Amino acid sequence: MASPESAVNGPTMTAGAASKSLRNAFGGVIAFIILVLIGVLAFSIRLFSVIKYESVIHEFDPYFNYRVTQFLSKNGIYDFWNWFDDRTWYPLGRVIGGTVYPGLTLTAGTIWKVVNSLNIPLSVETVCVFTAPIFSAFASWAAYLLTKEVKGPGAGLTAAALLAMVPSYISRSVAGSYDNEAVAIFALVFTFYLYIKTLNTGSLFYATLNALAYFYMVCSWGGYTFIINLIPMHVLLCIVTGRYSSRLYIAYAPLVVLGTLLASLVPVVGFNAVLTSEHFASFLVFIIIHVVALAYYIKGILSPKMFKVAVTLVVSAGLAVCCAVIAILIAVVASSPTKGWSGRSLTLLDPTYASKYIPIIASVSEHQPPTWPSYFMDINVLAFLVPAGIIACFMPLTDSSSFVILYIVTSVYFSGVMVRLMLVLAPAACILSGIALSEAFNVLTRSIKFQLPGIAGNPSIASEENGSSTVVAPNDIPKTEEAAKEKPAKKNRKKEKENVEKKPTPSKTEKRLLVLPLEASVIAVLLLVLLGAFYVVHCVWAAAEAYSAPSIVLTSHSNDGGLHVFDDFREAYSWLSHNTDVDDKVASWWDYGYQTTAMANRTVLVDNNTWNNTHIATVGTAMSSPEKQAWEIFHSLDVKYVLVVFGGVVGYPSDDINKFLWMVRIGGGVFPHIKEPDYLRDGQYRIDAQATPTMLNCLMYKLSYFRFVETDGKGFDRVRRTEIGKKHFKLTHFEEVFTTHHWMVRIYKLKPQRNRIRGKTKKSKSSRSVSSKRDVRGKRNPWH
Amino acid sequence: NEQLAIPQLRQSSYRHETPPTNPSRRCLHLGYFGGKRLHKISWSAPKPSPLTRSAPMAKLAIFFTLTLSLLPFLSHSFSPDTPTDRRILVLLDDFSLKSSHSIFFTSLKSRGFDLDFKLADDPKLSLQRYGQYLYDGLILFAPSVERFGGALDVAAVLDFVDSGHDLIVAADTTASDLIKSVATECGVDFDEDPSAMVIDHQGYAVSDVDGDHTLIAADELIRSDVILGKTKIEAPVLFKGIAHSLNAANTLALKVLSGSPSAYSANPSAKLSSPPSLTGSAISLVSVVQARNNARIMISGSLDLFSNRYMKSSVQKAGSPSKYEKSGNEQFVTEVSKWLFHERGHLKAGNLRHLKVGETGEPAMYRIKDDLEFYVDIFEWSGNSWEPYVADDVQVQFYMMSPYVLKTLSTDKKGLYHTSFKVPDVYGVFQFKVEYQKLGYTSLSLSKQIPVRPFRHNEYERFIPTAFPYYGASFTTIFFFYLFVFFLVIKTRFAGALQMAGFFIFSVVYLYNNRMVGRPPFSIL
Repeated sequence: MASPESAVNGPTMTAGAASKSLRNAFGGVIAFIILVLIGVLAFSIRLFSVIKYESVIHEFDPYFNYRVTQFLSKNGIYDFWNWFDDRTWYPLGRVIGGTVYPGLTLTAGTIWKVVNSLNIPLSVETVCVFTAPIFSAFASWAAYLLTKEVKGPGAGLTAAALLAMVPSYISRSVAGSYDNEAVAIFALVFTFYLYIKTLNTGSLFYATLNALAYFYMVCSWGGYTFIINLIPMHVLLCIVTGRYSSRLYIAYAPLVVLGTLLASLVPVVGFNAVLTSEHFASFLVFIIIHVVALAYYIKGILSPKMFKVAVTLVVSAGLAVCCAVIAILIAVVASSPTKGWSGRSLTLLDPTYASKYIPIIASVSEHQPPTWPSYFMDINVLAFLVPAGIIACFMPLTDSSSFVILYIVTSVYFSGVMVRLMLVLAPAACILSGIALSEAFNVLTRSIKFQLPGIAGNPSIASEENGSSTVVAPNDIPKTEEAAKEKPAKKNRKKEKENVEKKPTPSKTEKRLLVLPLEASVIAVLLLVLLGAFYVVHCVWAAAEAYSAPSIVLTSHSNDGGLHVFDDFREAYSWLSHNTDVDDKVASWWDYGYQTTAMANRTVLVDNNTWNNTHIATVGTAMSSPEKQAWEIFHSLDVKYVLVVFGGVVGYPSDDINKFLWMVRIGGGVFPHIKEPDYLRDGQYRIDAQATPTMLNCLMYKLSYFRFVETDGKGFDRVRRTEIGKKHFKLTHFEEVFTTHHWMVRIYKLKPQRNRIRGKTKKSKSSRSVSSKRDVRGKRNPWH
Repeated sequence: NEQLAIPQLRQSSYRHETPPTNPSRRCLHLGYFGGKRLHKISWSAPKPSPLTRSAPMAKLAIFFTLTLSLLPFLSHSFSPDTPTDRRILVLLDDFSLKSSHSIFFTSLKSRGFDLDFKLADDPKLSLQRYGQYLYDGLILFAPSVERFGGALDVAAVLDFVDSGHDLIVAADTTASDLIKSVATECGVDFDEDPSAMVIDHQGYAVSDVDGDHTLIAADELIRSDVILGKTKIEAPVLFKGIAHSLNAANTLALKVLSGSPSAYSANPSAKLSSPPSLTGSAISLVSVVQARNNARIMISGSLDLFSNRYMKSSVQKAGSPSKYEKSGNEQFVTEVSKWLFHERGHLKAGNLRHLKVGETGEPAMYRIKDDLEFYVDIFEWSGNSWEPYVADDVQVQFYMMSPYVLKTLSTDKKGLYHTSFKVPDVYGVFQFKVEYQKLGYTSLSLSKQIPVRPFRHNEYERFIPTAFPYYGASFTTIFFFYLFVFFLVIKTRFAGALQMAGFFIFSVVYLYNNRMVGRPPFSIL
């Protein structure tokens, strides 16, 4: 990590002629090589999942994205746009084209098409698996660009290197994790880069690019609302702190106009881009910046006295306009049903909102607030470097560094609300840590350099004088530490402006810098290198061990060190695809919906796109009901098979029994006859002998624990660490058709309706035994 | 589960109009017909057709095609072309019944049935051999048998029924637990009291000896031409035996002959100490059950009902002036047995077809607001051939969780039912459902899944008249924006102005052609 700093010291400002431009070129080449290596690192550190497991799509949502990509590559973009999927959300169906963020799919589809047109026969799956690593390399480069705009190339390279292996980002972008975030983080950082670039240059070209990058972000991820709120916040901050400039206007106004127009082209966003509250902040700031621009313009053309008169006029008129606009806004917001905020955004602002009102949002594990250890796990030493980075950004505080500070502050808040948004925090943390590390190395290496007798002529003088003017001339070794400048040729036009703004700041910094004692500097450098080494070790460990499991294949280490593989999910899905009719409907909790449609190609009732709460509640109610009622619910929805995930045999903790209370809650939210207290004994959720009768008789319990006692004779559940309450029972309305090798997935079939309706007479013993005997033979299904 | 193909009921012209569509889109649910029957049919291979003389592979293919195309007709396990039972096993208490009930047996024989008489405790008794049933129907005229001989038991009898075969059970005062448990399994509960009989002090049959009024002249018949035939049964039916009752919730069982309001079930020789448990019209004398797989069961509380003696005897109901030379028994028994052995009231439906108006061929998916036509064929078995079924109450549902469209089908009196309607403005996975349950007829339950999609992006209206002011506003804005830029530029550079003008014209044309596609987000531009 130390290498980028020493190698890429910025070109000096003073005219040093040939040697300088040579050093420029040399530094550029080195930086380029380092960036390439960072890209390789970002790509290859994410391949652990492929090497340790296999090249498969991971988890849940990626399976849906994969299926959509397959559809896209097979049917083309128009069919994708108009795709009505009749295999999910039976019988409602889902309009896929209008409800997905198409960015990821289109990206992978394009890559696949390009690669195939080059006669490289990659399968769609391969392309999907490797999309995320490729884009994390892009994201690293984008982080380099962004940080370079803020603090120069040294900080940029450090930030890029940090981002290439930050565990938080790795967790969402290992090979196979084919999810929106894979490309969205790149889009996010790149959009921010272009914004900063526009802000620094005031170029309309970059402003347009910025709008396009924003469009790509809108296509990719719902998290685009973060951008469209953060940038207005920053603009507001600049205006309030008196930093308004024409560059700010150019950076902001085109983004709002073009960005909103482009965003409304994405079917899933559509009119939301102008109708929902998430976007109102940008419009408000848009108005404000025009008022401010007008004020500055008037100030420029009027004499100071006239201006004072004008200010009074404008302020009063502006206040009136603002009041009117705010009144309109409030009216619009108040008239919309959710006060203009969708549930998920309300969760962001009020962390208790979801758990109070929307169980379906609160039930998702990645929507939970993170714990403190997860910060250490996910950003590791960056958590300690970020404060230093913030301090570094304050000296000197520029437009761009204030943006970075704002970015880190807001993303820290959001990551505290939802563990998933740790992902937004990661780039910010990397950028600030990169700045911190780079600044620290700057200070420390300079201290060393000036005090080493053989290199610096007179360290004591150098330290006291203004660095930029004194040190350059006598030495060949690059040493000036001032903030880097781009090549002057390009920027002649803006030279004056820049000089006005930037010139004074570096010299001010230089003056404040003190030279540390040599020994302390050396030790500090060593410690920093050690810190970096720990970070690398941690990241590699996280990439290899913690975040590479595809979650459809599980492994465990036995006591003798052997590896045990649980491939039950794919076993179950392939059983379904080989043994059931193509139009059969499979009911399961929504977690497994995407996988069932993608891997088993069977119609499901609900899936991970939780757009219809009632439908999910129906399934939850069925799972929480006794067998007969559950049979009736499922039968009315034409369900043929019911799939449950059960971890009690092998100790797989995220099984349906552990998720069951959410089913009860979500079901009870719509169908009030399902009451959560019925399933709890004294407020405790238990499945042992103390469990309530409702719990012991509900479908989920029965389907999970049917024949479970046969495994060990006692019915000891290894997840709940207890013996189950009801061990011996028969199913009346369902029959077990398949249970995977480790019992992790169990598939049941709905018994057909009985052929005859029996008389009501209490049966004599003999005939009952007769009927149960037939039951065992499984020829018919007498149920009462 | 095999993929069920759509049945081809007759050589209709629809076949060549309908190219084979994606099989995954076609689905035919056949209610609750058990899986076992599917195997049976594949064993009873269809008669060799001329085509089967071709190469072996072709034979195999044809075999499968035929088998598959026949599968939907499994509402009866025997050959779907002739849904009549041919071989009937009659189990007797003793062989004297063979002569004492000969009229009934002769009537069956004359209708083409092979009767196989066996004693109920015959040790070689067996209904099936090598997994195949030897008989198509079973008559249990052995009320007192405690235990069947051979491999037969209650479970075997019920399996026989559940695989689609028909059953007649006759009990009387000597009815054993065995017979009663068979009846209970079919949904009929005989009176618990073993000595009880049906007594009717007002509806008894007048006879020479003034007995205990257990010989009843019953005339409370079910009003159904399908079960009892078109000719009205004038004379009362003589009945002497035990009562049974049906659970009101049992939708499968019907009282064919029920007790009069004054009937009750009690021991005639003992004094009535407590109110009888079964009284009045709750008493059923003869019931029929049509199982969900359309197997038909008849349960009678009297074996004598079938006897020659009752059939021939004259009858006069107490308190009624009319005296009949001959009781209604023979007609009653014959007609019910005709229904029972599927000579009447047996429907088959199939060939569910639908198409978009103006198109040939079945689409895999409809769009909302499409107009479609729907066809289904329904035939009735007349005893020796399939005749068109004519009714005006067959309905089709366009169903997604609840029926969105419910239309009565019109028939061309040749078995083809037809209607047309507009797909509702709701997208989702719909089903065409024909659920036809009519008293006495086999229940029809057909469905076919069909998805309905929303409009495509280019299927919306291109211009909405009410939105013309908005279009006007958009174009005016564009125009004046370019005008503004034009004047801004012309001040400095004339060439640029020309460029702008060209760009302006190009943009207007371009926007007009490409962007004003009806989808709302696009109308913004």
